[in-house]
Amino acid sequence: MKLEDIVESLKLRVKCGSENLKRDVTGGFVGDLLSDVIANSREGDIWITRQIHQNIVAVASLKDIAGIILVQGSEPAADTIARAEQEGIPLLVADMPGFEVAGKIFRMLNP
Amino acid sequence: MSEETRYEDFFSVEGGNFRNAGQVSSRIKNILKELGCNSDMVRRAAIVTYEAEINIVSYAKKGFIHLQAGPHRVLIEVSDEGPGIPDIELAMQEGYSTASPMVREMGFGAGMGLANMKRFSDYFDIQSKVNEGTRVVMQIDQAR
Repeated sequence: MKLEDIVESLKLRVKCGSENLKRDVTGGFVGDLLSDVIANSREGDIWITRQIHQNIVAVASLKDIAGIILVQGSEPAADTIARAEQEGIPLLVADMPGFEVAGKIFRMLNP
Repeated sequence: MSEETRYEDFFSVEGGNFRNAGQVSSRIKNILKELGCNSDMVRRAAIVTYEAEINIVSYAKKGFIHLQAGPHRVLIEVSDEGPGIPDIELAMQEGYSTASPMVREMGFGAGMGLANMKRFSDYFDIQSKVNEGTRVVMQIDQAR
């Protein structure tokens, strides 16, 4: 599944990284503890989180994560957007809560 | 340098600077890819170096990461000028952390750092002296 399919289906707001929306999403990971994400996420995952500070970009980039979804309408910090732009990591905002975001994406990946 | 080592470098990490946290791990990841390390080695080296970097940034004044790498073996030595760890056994327990509230708010300080460093290394050693600093040596081999 392409990241752009998720963006369209969940009506996500694309804050940056629109050039990488054709990327394949092969799984997902939910977490706000960065050590948990670093250790347990996998390449190609979409990462669902409430963290908005710029360190999420370093984590996503190190783990080759396909994109980051900030839930509950959380707006990313300005330096987070700048860093994600540099690294080419799509930063997406969902207005719904994390539970719904995860449920919808899970269903799309496992029809 | 041993025969296995084709690349050696030192990186310094500034304590308290969360802005640059992850930069050294990112550089090391790219170096290992170029050396021809397989994806499992690169992934594990990125995880353990990131955790080491975060520990330096969270606790120490400054620290150094010494990388010696070849395509089949990576040796990472991390030393810092920090407060040291009085009880290493306790600090190694998953969930135990002395991180500040600010550090925890950012999603760090979950007490998983040292445990992750050990879990993803093939060899792990930690030595620490209170008020002097901490030294961690980790090795990652091609096949486990």
